[in-house]
Amino acid sequence: MTTAPTPVPTSAAADISGGGGTPGTATPASPAAPTASRRRRAGGNRAWLGALPLMVFFAVGFGLPAIAIAIGAFTTSPDAPSGGGTFTMSNLTASLQGGYLTALLGSVKLSALTALIGTVIGLPLAQAVATSRWRFVREAVQSGSGVLANFGGVPLAFMFVATLGNAGEVTTGLGLKKYGWSLYTFDGLAVVYLYFLIPLMILTITPALEGLRVQWREAAANNGATTFQYWRHVALPVLLPSLLGGYVLLFGASFAAYATAEAMVGSSIPLISMQIGDALSGNVLVGQGNLALALGLDMIVVACLVMAIYLPLQRRSAKWLS
Amino acid sequence: MAQLTSQTALGRLRPGRAGVLLLAAIYFFVPMGASIWFSIDDYHGGITFNAYTKLLGAPGFLDALYLSLELAAATVVVLLLILVPALLAARLGSPRLRPVIEVMCSLPLVVPVVALTTGIVGVLRWGPEYFANSPFFQTFVAIQNPDLPAVLLIAYVLMALPFAYRALDGGLRGVDVVTLVEAARNCGASYPRAVFSVVLPNLRSALLSASVLTVALVLGEFTTASILGFQPFSVWINSYGKTDGQMSVAVSMISLLVVWVVLLLMSVVGNRGRKAARS
Repeated sequence: MTTAPTPVPTSAAADISGGGGTPGTATPASPAAPTASRRRRAGGNRAWLGALPLMVFFAVGFGLPAIAIAIGAFTTSPDAPSGGGTFTMSNLTASLQGGYLTALLGSVKLSALTALIGTVIGLPLAQAVATSRWRFVREAVQSGSGVLANFGGVPLAFMFVATLGNAGEVTTGLGLKKYGWSLYTFDGLAVVYLYFLIPLMILTITPALEGLRVQWREAAANNGATTFQYWRHVALPVLLPSLLGGYVLLFGASFAAYATAEAMVGSSIPLISMQIGDALSGNVLVGQGNLALALGLDMIVVACLVMAIYLPLQRRSAKWLS
Repeated sequence: MAQLTSQTALGRLRPGRAGVLLLAAIYFFVPMGASIWFSIDDYHGGITFNAYTKLLGAPGFLDALYLSLELAAATVVVLLLILVPALLAARLGSPRLRPVIEVMCSLPLVVPVVALTTGIVGVLRWGPEYFANSPFFQTFVAIQNPDLPAVLLIAYVLMALPFAYRALDGGLRGVDVVTLVEAARNCGASYPRAVFSVVLPNLRSALLSASVLTVALVLGEFTTASILGFQPFSVWINSYGKTDGQMSVAVSMISLLVVWVVLLLMSVVGNRGRKAARS
């Protein structure tokens, strides 16, 4: 977003969102500080102090649990017959066999699919809202998305059971059962997940959409570009990092979702998060208490793989923006 | 420029946009409507508000709600106190901090909440296992105090970190912090003054959306609280609502409403601040 050749007046920057403009985003629109001023920064030593609280917090809040998982996944549980704390691979091998493996694959499949649908639907929706002339629509959608994006968990499950469940109002009203509809399936779960994934996408992508400069569109139009060409060659490349970031965000949200699936389908659809919940509440064989930690490690590994694919992609597309 | 844009906007009817918005409205409002109807339907052709009136007198309702709101407020405060200085430091000070902060703020997203909870359970197990006879054990007890469980606070700040980071970083991207601070400094402002009266007001919408995301996340969070055995709103809903299908839906609608009211209040406050700053 730093390619604007000249500093643009504040009011023009606000007009990206189509008229009224949100005052919050109306900013002196020259993020491209000259390189000279970039080198003239305040002392680097003091700067670390500002980040210190975050680092300390992170070490405690994230570091300690991570260590607990790393140690626990590779050692025997305290309740094991041979005594706790000795090195073993059996937790990990057990976590990658049979039902646990099916659950892991089921989670990956569900997350990849719902994140893709959420991205594909969320982008045009966010664009339709962001360029809306009515400020009311923009603000209502924004705050509504904030609510729904995190309206997961048990209430979401209850709501969809009341709507599309076996005795749900829409199911009975439209006679959906005749068509073989059931909420308690993989597809049903995907429909429910999209209820918070699409708003999450809107929240994520809207700032980027508002960052698309009117001048770019005008420049493209002056050069004879059609709307399609503008999107294909200007807007989408600019948005790509944000889109990829949003996809990963959605994948993560979907992959980690626990309460909704638990309350809705129990373990009838194999998902790794529910297997972990089972294992943590002691629903494993004696001596396998650390199996939950191994399952947690599996989940983290999958999530890290996704990141490993995403990061180089994002760096590549973000390159020309800086 | 703006005129040109609005003219093209008026020139085309854009049925595509209307269709997109209509479909979205159906998908998002029908479940709400159906749930409300489900919760007041008495199955004899009339309506009844039994599910809602029973709820108000339900034991534990206010305690659970209070705990959730308390946690949400504490999480927002802690989160902004640690995140904003770090982000500003990265912009104003050494740019080398940026990738470090980005990694720290992305990792909680990589680690699913259930996995994080297994780690927390693992850490909490160390208490009785290794520190049972040391004064350090008191710390393990204190952070699990059910009145305001610090362990949940830590978990929630960590969970909200990626979302708040995205919101704030997006806001910072549109603000040239370096130039703003330099301009303020040239006008004789001290560093704290430059940050508080120039940079932060420019980040108002980013700060607000970070807080909104955090509050919504905390109010809806279920996994960690239920596995660790605390009783905020969401956990209470689950345990109480399971006894009565109609009431469980009523409770869900109320929880949606509660989140909505909180967010509305926050945006009203934000708007008032915005207007005050404008005039």
